[in-house]
Amino acid sequence: MNHAQIANVTTGLPALFLSIGALLIVILYIWAGLRSSRHNRLKVWPWYRYVSFTFGIICAAISVTGPIAALAISNFTMHMVSHLLLGMLAPVLLVLAAPVTLFLRSLPVRKAKFVASLLRSYPVRFITHPIIASLLNIGGLWILYTTSLYSWMHTNLMVHILVHVHIFAAGYVFTVSLIYIDPVPHRLSYIYRSIVLIGALAAHGILSKYIYGHPPKGVGVQEAQTGGKLMYYGGDLIDLVIIVLLCYHWYKNTRPREALA
Amino acid sequence: MAEIKNRNNISNNEEKLRYSFRNTGAGILFGIGVAAFIDETVFHQLLHWHHFYDKSTTNAGLVSDGFFHAFSWFATVAALFLVADLRRRHAFWPVKWWGAVLIGAGGFQLYDGTIQHKLMRIHQIRYVEDLLPYDLVWNGSAVLMIIAGSIILYKNRNRNSISGGRR
Repeated sequence: MNHAQIANVTTGLPALFLSIGALLIVILYIWAGLRSSRHNRLKVWPWYRYVSFTFGIICAAISVTGPIAALAISNFTMHMVSHLLLGMLAPVLLVLAAPVTLFLRSLPVRKAKFVASLLRSYPVRFITHPIIASLLNIGGLWILYTTSLYSWMHTNLMVHILVHVHIFAAGYVFTVSLIYIDPVPHRLSYIYRSIVLIGALAAHGILSKYIYGHPPKGVGVQEAQTGGKLMYYGGDLIDLVIIVLLCYHWYKNTRPREALA
Repeated sequence: MAEIKNRNNISNNEEKLRYSFRNTGAGILFGIGVAAFIDETVFHQLLHWHHFYDKSTTNAGLVSDGFFHAFSWFATVAALFLVADLRRRHAFWPVKWWGAVLIGAGGFQLYDGTIQHKLMRIHQIRYVEDLLPYDLVWNGSAVLMIIAGSIILYKNRNRNSISGGRR
């Protein structure tokens, strides 16, 4: 397996299937949103959630298929663009779209109860704990960029796919563990989540600077510097969205009781 | 009608005193955040005096810088939400807040100029022959901000009746 064969995955037939899959997911989401909005006992599904979901899926799709994905294999800066889209921006947009809430309200009550009990199960609670989620997310990135996994990813198709699935899934779990829009069985305090978020943000920033000074195997000095800076500032920008969401929820939650008077 | 609306927007003294600590806290957080933000935009991006990563940076420096950067980024946003919270409680105390902003900004700059630049060698203020004037201005202005902020906070310390409330 070499670069060309992996590049083929990002633009060839598998890419076509991925794009169709992404399109189907968006259609399914819109259909579920519109259909569940017809129920009298349910609120109308807000329009911005459709927008957020659609852009979230687009971000994820263009980072694994098409020109950016094809360039990302040999160009570290492009790889970083796709990493920011797949691991950070797409998860934030998808979390804002509350897919689990939509799924639950589209199911018959009994099935919804079963799914809800799955979400309360120990494994789900474990990986959605902010500290575990941060370790999976940022810890995974440290392993990717400081070991030979990065160059291995570009020569082995299976590793390539697994790494990308992990980046996306870990990014989503990380965002879900901090921003409570979908139902959360065990809510942690705002201060707790803030501290974990600051820690994760710091680890992301430190890794960006480490990459700047110590290029991963197979990456040139110049590319590592551009990529590291992009990761640092791009990460800050998307983390800003997470910070604002967390603080805004906190602000709403501590509304003074006598405000109506 | 206008009068009622106006009255609702006024901070009242009782609330100010009750949330005095929150005013100071919000100011310090905002000061730290703003100093870090100015450092990033002016000295890193506009003047290019600071380096993104200096080869002589120690590992401890890299970690310290990472945590400080993350904390100040969070602090800027959190501080603004705290101000919004104080306003809806009619407890915002601008003078006290400004005093605390100066202390926060000065504190950050002094820490940056001494511990981070010198001890951990993250980067220098500017890469020139004679660094001393830069260091003196940097750390001197930090100390001045801390002194000014402390004077403001001292003059506006909590008393049962706040005199000189403008509004």
